[in-house]
Amino acid sequence: MSASRAAVRRVLTDPGGAVGVVLSAAMVALALLAPAIAPVDPFAAVGAPLSPPGRVHLLGTDDLGRDLLAGVVHGARTSLLVVAAVTLLSGALGIAVGAAAGYRPGAVDDLLMRLAELAQVVPRFFLAVIVIALFGPGLDRLVLVLGLTSWPTLARVVRAQILSLRRQEFVEAARALGASGPRVILRHVLPHALPAALVVLSLNGAAVILLEAGLAFIGLGDPHAMSWGYLASNAQRFLRVAWWMACFPGAAIAGAILGLNLLGDALSELASPQLARASGSGGRGTAAAA
Amino acid sequence: MTARYLLWRLAQVAPAVVGIALIVFVVIHTAPGDPIIAIAGEHGDAAHYARQRAKFGLDRPLPERLAAYLARLAQGDLGFSYVHGRPVLGVITERLPATLLLMSTALALSSAGGVLLGVLAARRAGGGTDLGLRAVALLGQATPPFWLAQVAALGLAVGTGLFPVQGLSSARHGFTGWRYALDVVHHLVLPALVLTAGELALTTRLVRGGVVEALASDYVRTARAKGLPDPAVVRHALGNALLPVVTIIGGRLGMLCTGAVLVEAVFAWPGVGQLLLSSIQTRDAPVLLGLFMLVSVAVILGNVVTDLAYAWLDPRVRYE
Repeated sequence: MSASRAAVRRVLTDPGGAVGVVLSAAMVALALLAPAIAPVDPFAAVGAPLSPPGRVHLLGTDDLGRDLLAGVVHGARTSLLVVAAVTLLSGALGIAVGAAAGYRPGAVDDLLMRLAELAQVVPRFFLAVIVIALFGPGLDRLVLVLGLTSWPTLARVVRAQILSLRRQEFVEAARALGASGPRVILRHVLPHALPAALVVLSLNGAAVILLEAGLAFIGLGDPHAMSWGYLASNAQRFLRVAWWMACFPGAAIAGAILGLNLLGDALSELASPQLARASGSGGRGTAAAA
Repeated sequence: MTARYLLWRLAQVAPAVVGIALIVFVVIHTAPGDPIIAIAGEHGDAAHYARQRAKFGLDRPLPERLAAYLARLAQGDLGFSYVHGRPVLGVITERLPATLLLMSTALALSSAGGVLLGVLAARRAGGGTDLGLRAVALLGQATPPFWLAQVAALGLAVGTGLFPVQGLSSARHGFTGWRYALDVVHHLVLPALVLTAGELALTTRLVRGGVVEALASDYVRTARAKGLPDPAVVRHALGNALLPVVTIIGGRLGMLCTGAVLVEAVFAWPGVGQLLLSSIQTRDAPVLLGLFMLVSVAVILGNVVTDLAYAWLDPRVRYE
């Protein structure tokens, strides 16, 4: 416990880490408190079209008289929902695949790592484009596509951790005391991979925000969910007359990505040995794959 | 780099491409509706559908369909676009030059600029220049390309008229020869700079990290102790620090393609990104599937070239 408290303190005392925590927390707060911050329906016309930021509409309105503040905070909900769901899915897959590969060297390990290499070269944006084009738009398939392609880096981290700790005395001791394989991995090995896993997940979260916004920007977002990318694409035709329409959604995307990147950077200072191990085995463990 | 490593790495290309093709095949056959729509596109007539059905063996059982699909791909047949009335491969390759021009310009600018700025930041790590550059790089990495494109269009094109807002050339002037080339470069400036920004930020951070690490190493201390002047010492350290820069170029290819699509959308740059957008609107599934295949193959080949370059540049790299 005290080790994790020390880790939290180290992230918070790092200036970048502190800013990252604040920005990430702000995004979560915006998303959770959206109905309280902006009680109006983000899709409903509630004011005069194209009114600049003012007392009634803090961030102004768009061409249809929709409140931009409501759009931005409900957009935060969509982004956070997608990031959370993709993180859960890719996190579970990454841990399961990494654990299986690390625990069963040989054929299983080989097969799973080849699979990871394949998943890593899939251009996620373009896969999402064809899936949405053929299946129709929707957040569920977007989450599925991004979740199924985002696990390889995490799997490598978990696998590397297992391989390096497998022969350690405390792991041997747990096994000698009769602990089952999954229990040894969950209780004794995985906690050591946590900082590195958090780095991978936060950097991937930033990439997911960018991908979701990009897809919504080219018109492939869920039409029933407000999205920052949709707001930004809507602003395209009004660049000359309504700077606020482009300015605030873009700033929200940049702020959220900056927050997660800073958080990932600060965490990676804690996790550098694990990350180095993961990238040393075969392919490069860059989280920056498409 | 041994010949064995070269062959081993090249041998991995085929399974990866087949894997990608399998993904496409699964998407086509799990999508709601008749798979012929995905293969032959909407708006086709009965004769067209019958021809494509036979060609891709859609009346055969699933394994035979897969074999037919892979055989078609192996011949470079990405399908037929009914919307364009031509094979998909031709439709895409026609748009490639514009996108390649945009991407290669961005790649060259970001690599050169990133090395320059990275060294500048690393020479006085923790100093004012370093902190400033790191802050700008972090912001640059966080800014979505389409938004930066909008801001650039607004500030530098719409506001001042310094640069054209859209397109690849001014058709109404009908320029030829070097006037045309200059006109294209004029149109290229904004999209290329926007696409460069994100890559530049990443490269700068990577070079900085590498040079800082190298400057703290024993061989640099030895070079200093021998009395080498500062620029020579940095040049000494740069060699090792540049290795990771080579690796990210291959790894970032998919992301660069994504950025190019979004930048093309804002600046109406007539490349592959514009083709992707219009194909979404016309529901031209064969073209979209073809684009996915081509980008995937580019990423796979990019990774191979990167790995080979890495092994060639760094004799310490030995793969089992």
